[in-house]
Amino acid sequence: MRNVFLFIRRNLNFLFFLILQGFALYMLFHYNRFHEAVFLDTASEVTGRINRQYNTVEYYFRLKKTNDILVEENQRLRNLLKEDFLIPDTSSELAFDTIRVDSIEQYRRYQYYPAKVINNSVTGQNNYLTIARGYAQGVRKDMAVVSPSGIVGTVVNVSKNMATIMSLLHRQSRVSVSLKKTGETGSIEWDGKDPLIITFKNIPKSVPVKIGDTVVTSRYSTFPAGQLVGTISAVESETGSNFYTLKLRPLTNFFNIQFVYVVRNLQREEQEEIEKATLKQERE
Amino acid sequence: MSEMLKNIIRFFILIFVQVFILNKIPPLHQFIVPYLYFIYIFWLPYKIPRLSLTLLGFVYGLCYDFFSKTPGLHAAACTLIAYLRPFLINIFMSKEDPGFNYIAPAPSSMGWTPYIVFVLVLSFLHNFWIVLLETLSFGNFWYFLGKVVATTGVSFLLIMITEILFYRKQKFRTNN
Repeated sequence: MRNVFLFIRRNLNFLFFLILQGFALYMLFHYNRFHEAVFLDTASEVTGRINRQYNTVEYYFRLKKTNDILVEENQRLRNLLKEDFLIPDTSSELAFDTIRVDSIEQYRRYQYYPAKVINNSVTGQNNYLTIARGYAQGVRKDMAVVSPSGIVGTVVNVSKNMATIMSLLHRQSRVSVSLKKTGETGSIEWDGKDPLIITFKNIPKSVPVKIGDTVVTSRYSTFPAGQLVGTISAVESETGSNFYTLKLRPLTNFFNIQFVYVVRNLQREEQEEIEKATLKQERE
Repeated sequence: MSEMLKNIIRFFILIFVQVFILNKIPPLHQFIVPYLYFIYIFWLPYKIPRLSLTLLGFVYGLCYDFFSKTPGLHAAACTLIAYLRPFLINIFMSKEDPGFNYIAPAPSSMGWTPYIVFVLVLSFLHNFWIVLLETLSFGNFWYFLGKVVATTGVSFLLIMITEILFYRKQKFRTNN
């Protein structure tokens, strides 16, 4: 027993180092569980407040660029308005259904909340954004986040007035996407190296793919279907496989992002419920 | 200004510089992350007890982690270099070295060459540990090596610029 104490006494520094190192690694590898702990939540409120102060300055310098992006988005959305299309065929005439008063509200699936980005990183391997909209303003975990020009990521952590978003530029981010032209579905991930290159897998070689093709979110992702993701910048076909490995250039500019929309899926609970029930049935 | 107060101010300033200036620089290359913040650990006094030094390294890294949203990553690397710092100083300076009469490691107390080696070794260890924990495997060996070496190079450059810009004139303390 005495020897044990002597050993501890002699190697106190080293043991203390090992304990701290172990604690740090524990935090790193149990990121999600740890992040929900209260004390980190408070920390993110504090750092969030500092970030917000910083952003008030940064935002001013980027007003012009931000404005351009918003105008571009408005233009795109205006071009989608139903009033802009002429329908010559009388059998499919555009008419309002007067029986149901609020026929659009009834079937609304996605609701968009605007949010200001107050912190952002692109240099790490696991990048996060912080937005100034939290639990009190309707943000919940796992909601999708899109920007005016393309998708951004998923909400991973929410405090009272802030939320952190796992960026598309995160080694664990996976999004189900499809080719806009032909509709084939695959998934994208980031390898943690170049923020301008995202890997797109599982597209069979039978599909004609060209550089410059647009890729949008698929119907199976947490994002609303058809959100812009990126354009194909390189096509690699290995001889041993039946699938292409495509390189995507994200349409969202992660370097100067200022505004995002948090997307709330109003039918998500219902979907989750029925999917869970199905799995349960299968097990029985 | 007392040494204690100086170090407390440095603690915050260096974290803010790293988070709000260096991290905002658009990436030059996929290999390069301009790390400067850990210079804080180099600049701590010689006399600080080893236990406190290790703990301070951990706390400092963790504070930075709160900003970068990677709890534990930088804390692990900073604990490592804070723990190894006394060993390196002992290699470069003997027990009775007159340099110990100065307050902290600096070119003026260690001499330029030992100080440069000291900085290079510790920055290399810091970046090695961070890249290793980030990728969690050697993965592509050349990517790993390239990133560690390039990041260390940039860190070294930044540290030397800081060292020259904020040259620390230190008093040679004697007993009387």
